[in-house]
Amino acid sequence: MGVSLTRLEVSFQNDARAQITKKSIEKGGFKAIEALSLNDVYTISSDFSQEQLHQAAQLLHNPVTQTFSIGKPLAPKEFDWAIEIGFLPGVTDNVGKTASETIRGFFGEQAKDARAFNSTLFFLKGNFSQEEAQSIGEHLANPLIQRIHVKSREAFLKDNGMNVVAPFVKLHEEPKADTVNLDISDDELVKLGKHGVPDKVGADGKESRRGPLALDLPSLKVIKEYFAKEGRNPTDIELESIAQTWSEHCKHTIFAAELDDLKKGLFKGLIRAATEAVRGQKGPKDNCISVFVDNSGAVSFDENFMMSDKVETHNSPSALDPFGGAITGIVGVNRDTMGFGMAAKPIINRYGYCFASPNDVKLLYRAKGKGNPILPPERVLSGVVDGVQVGGNCSGIPTPVGFMYFDERYKGKPLVFVGTLGLMPRQVNGKPGHEKKANAGDAIVVAGNRAGLDGIHGATFSSEALSSGSPATAVQIGDPITQKKMSDALVKEARDQGLYSSITDNGAGGLSCSVAEMAKECGGCTVDLDKVPTKYAGISPWQVWISESQERMTMAIPKENVSKFIDLMERRGVEAMVIGEFNDSGRCVVNSNGKKVLDLDLDFLHNGLPKKVLQSKPMRKGVKEMGFTEPGDFGKALLDMMARLNICSKEFVSAQYDHEVQGSSVIKPLQGKGRVNGDAAVVKPVFESNKGIAISHALYPGYGDIDTYWMAACAIDSAIKNLVAVGAKLEDIALLDNFCWCSSDEPERLWQLKKAAQACFDFAVSFGTPFISGKDSMFNDFKGFDEKSRPLKISVPPTLLISSLSLVKDVRKSVSIDPKFEGDLVYVLGLTKAELGASEYYRMRAEAAGDNKAIDGVVPHVNADKAKKLYTSLSGAIEHGIIASLQPVGLGGLGVALAKKCIAGQFGMKVDLRKVPSIGIDRNDSLFFSESQSRLVATVAPENKIAFEYALKDCEFARIGVVGGNFLEITGLDGGKAANLAVKGLEEAYKKTLRDY
Amino acid sequence: MVKAIVLTGYGVNCEEETAFAFRKAGAEAEILHINDLIASPNRLQEAQILAFPGGFSYGDDTGSGNALANKIRNNLWEQLVDFIEAEKLVIGICNGFQVITNLGILPGIENRKPQRTVALTHNNSARYECRWTSLKPFSKKCAFTKGIDSIRLPVAHAEGKFTASPEILKQLNESGQVVFRYVKGEELAKGEFPFNPNGSAEDIAGICDKSGRILGMMPHPERNIFFTQQPDWNLQRERLRRAGKEIPEESAGLKIFRNAVEYFR
Repeated sequence: MGVSLTRLEVSFQNDARAQITKKSIEKGGFKAIEALSLNDVYTISSDFSQEQLHQAAQLLHNPVTQTFSIGKPLAPKEFDWAIEIGFLPGVTDNVGKTASETIRGFFGEQAKDARAFNSTLFFLKGNFSQEEAQSIGEHLANPLIQRIHVKSREAFLKDNGMNVVAPFVKLHEEPKADTVNLDISDDELVKLGKHGVPDKVGADGKESRRGPLALDLPSLKVIKEYFAKEGRNPTDIELESIAQTWSEHCKHTIFAAELDDLKKGLFKGLIRAATEAVRGQKGPKDNCISVFVDNSGAVSFDENFMMSDKVETHNSPSALDPFGGAITGIVGVNRDTMGFGMAAKPIINRYGYCFASPNDVKLLYRAKGKGNPILPPERVLSGVVDGVQVGGNCSGIPTPVGFMYFDERYKGKPLVFVGTLGLMPRQVNGKPGHEKKANAGDAIVVAGNRAGLDGIHGATFSSEALSSGSPATAVQIGDPITQKKMSDALVKEARDQGLYSSITDNGAGGLSCSVAEMAKECGGCTVDLDKVPTKYAGISPWQVWISESQERMTMAIPKENVSKFIDLMERRGVEAMVIGEFNDSGRCVVNSNGKKVLDLDLDFLHNGLPKKVLQSKPMRKGVKEMGFTEPGDFGKALLDMMARLNICSKEFVSAQYDHEVQGSSVIKPLQGKGRVNGDAAVVKPVFESNKGIAISHALYPGYGDIDTYWMAACAIDSAIKNLVAVGAKLEDIALLDNFCWCSSDEPERLWQLKKAAQACFDFAVSFGTPFISGKDSMFNDFKGFDEKSRPLKISVPPTLLISSLSLVKDVRKSVSIDPKFEGDLVYVLGLTKAELGASEYYRMRAEAAGDNKAIDGVVPHVNADKAKKLYTSLSGAIEHGIIASLQPVGLGGLGVALAKKCIAGQFGMKVDLRKVPSIGIDRNDSLFFSESQSRLVATVAPENKIAFEYALKDCEFARIGVVGGNFLEITGLDGGKAANLAVKGLEEAYKKTLRDY
Repeated sequence: MVKAIVLTGYGVNCEEETAFAFRKAGAEAEILHINDLIASPNRLQEAQILAFPGGFSYGDDTGSGNALANKIRNNLWEQLVDFIEAEKLVIGICNGFQVITNLGILPGIENRKPQRTVALTHNNSARYECRWTSLKPFSKKCAFTKGIDSIRLPVAHAEGKFTASPEILKQLNESGQVVFRYVKGEELAKGEFPFNPNGSAEDIAGICDKSGRILGMMPHPERNIFFTQQPDWNLQRERLRRAGKEIPEESAGLKIFRNAVEYFR
């Protein structure tokens, strides 16, 4: 019997997904749908008999809740439109993969070629036109990765259902390496760098190119020179390989460049210099173990373990496909943990999203004439939230903390931060766990997923601005289960059996980066590309070499361990293959089809990149105050603040990210009876120990418009303060930096960057908190068109995310944000100043006044000496157990902090603004909403009053009121009642904005 | 010593905390990869307790727990039935519950054949829900819940809505197989979100077989072993501090594992 395709349709009797999909479509602006149902479809390619197909259906449906049909449609009685959404060829289809494995697992050898493809069929009842049905399809799918097929009821009945589609990948090209002529004009070289290697001219006579190399002219000239010396032109794979290795994404050329008087550049001269200075200061108390040299940075946890941390961004892919971009982001940064040292175990995920308002429905376009529209912010938000949910939850890694920050300038390019902490034994097989070395003679082994065309040019693409030429193959979907199997096999077994000598992940640049990077450890490598497992035939050598297909790790394995390693992987359901050998030849050599297609000097590959020299140009701005009048209704101003996107509850995210898995949760994302989002989390990663890890983050992109120096200083202060508030001590805190800049080829932007980096140095050193890892993404710009085809450019505001982590010596002493008892005393710690420049309050006022472009004023400054004194005193009080609750003051100032406390504890408070320690403030709103740094609000039991005040005797603080009742009752600076707000009302304001997401 | 085998592999992810809970309860616990068990199925005989922990086996593809259940049915069915017929204990938590219902050993096998009569399907919210729930035990026969009057445990799942026909629900009630229901204070949750987090029929959070020796439950007892794992531990601590009382180290979920170990003593 020959191979044929059969549709198996499975339908739920009652499907919660259908209801939610219906709601989502209606929210997307379409008219009401009378009814919606859906089928899971498996298109099976096999030589099965009817009976075998029936058996397969038994495996793939649940008889209690589902019905199925083979080879004929399973449609509801009444519907008007059928919309099927399936994957395009080559796109990761996890359900299809599991279905294939299930079928093969049951039938065994006879079904070894059987395959299943998953799609979803929606039936809609409602009065829609063909166009409307089509755009509903587009609402449900992403045309970059999915096919949408719409049929009217008539067509569906006439055709006897939907078409049978199996998205096999068919490539016709003969896989070989081409030579690229570099003997061309400078103009041609520039074109080569910008648009990539020319392909054969297509049937339409148009020249097409393979996508950006992101190499500038000076780099291309150096490459040309190198090959002139070698006496030949490069092959395409050589050029692509160099482009990957030299990309901004991999080499951080801007942070490495000489900038003005900073000969060593921003990274070595400021960021790493700060760490060196801190480590020097701390001497024997230095807790850094591995900084800036590996996939993650690491600090000490206890005598047995170290903790690693890494925060990545996945901005460009998330703009094109929010779900795929976000899931590959989180699953990718998990590999930075697995690829740290000898492989750490991922124990905490963290996230941070910068979006435009989901209420902004005006589209932008990548091409003229309304071509290639961007996804609306609402879809970006829900897709990203969902991607990290699936990636994190499926991997069994808790996600206890994160943030969402909104600014309209994230509309063209959202920022998606994802981070993972890992736990690693200090000693692995008698050697330090953070050290590794590939040795000459070790086999090069790649494990995990297969290489495909998905994820080509990710590294070079993210080094470029997002425009109409952005490659769709840069989009991929993660396969967290394939990675989970590999992660468990490596971290829980192979590592401790000492089977490999070095390991790294395959991220940007794929094998071209991971193998060449490890080859540095021993001095050379030879790879046989034919051995690399691929998803389908017909992929060119350069594509296999640079493919960023996810879920792959590269290992150096001593010859004697190879069979043991491969066997272990096989028993864990993980594919692993020897693809070459490390050596000390000084060359990176790649063979394909018996021919040498790449032969590069390793030193040139890694160090040949010409160093950039950059100049910045001051972008000074006089500070002027905004001159808003005091609001008539102060209480309403607070309610409006609570409802703002940057302040309101993000419960819908926290509750769908598993933060209890691994049984490590201590201070949770939602705190108190009122479930308020905290700024920091504490986890207890080792069952037998009461030591914990606190993590937090902070960013103030708004301040950057006025002053990036103080923007960075405030983020550092907040990221530290948030940790101190849950029980960390200053001396244990370490930081990570993520710069997401824009237009980094403009001298003014570089000036802003330099200022921010300078603050990173100054405040990391003053606080004694080292940077241990960082990442930058320098071109977060969108170039496109509005609906009238007018060109526009949207640059994200210069964004610096500071992430923080710390040991917590005893988690049992940690403190949550919610007040616990009526009658407890309310304290404000720290000084409030007239610092409202670019504050959330000013932004609100400016928006109300219809002009949010001109936000100005004094941004908060940080006094590190005073802050240190406060944090140290506070840690002492926490240690003594005399603080009942603590809330750091951040966006929205004191007012928002007090309101959050009321909601969290479900208690009112009586507070008197006259008592708040302040300077230069004579207005209730300025006092209440100033975002001065280094402040917290505490509640303390009356019996601990004296002890608490004694502990803080060297700091600025004041008792401003008492916990009790159901109202937040505020006495203003004039002694009158400034506001009296029901806690229920505050809670409603805080929770309503994103409730329906 | 009582031995528990905790299965892992293919996306299971709660094996370490589950094994830890058994150890803390006094058992010897071994984490065993499903493929290693398939290679040496007799290893089941070493254990008195078999645990199917939570996780995301096969990513919930083709229905949560379904793909792993197929793999077990294809390779280990006879040995598993022998284990059950030897009057040993089986617990399936979250994804483990989904696996054993798909496998057809809950609500119970008949004549050594699987019976698939209940299902755990998409939450009413069609979304992953990670939240703490309050539960009350309803079964007198369940070996795991002796001495528990009420308990709070977290759920974390996308497909936890307990579904069965009215006839099956009636049978489960009559034979005392409903082990846990979600409650709101002292009352049943009556389907109200978030007390019943997924829309489960009759607020059912866990069931056992007729013997009371096989338990499947959506909430995670292994995530409530320590005092500091509870969502309101900070408030409880403050209350105890002010009353001058000692702050405990352990928490309520441990009792379920202790009961399992006690069963063999």
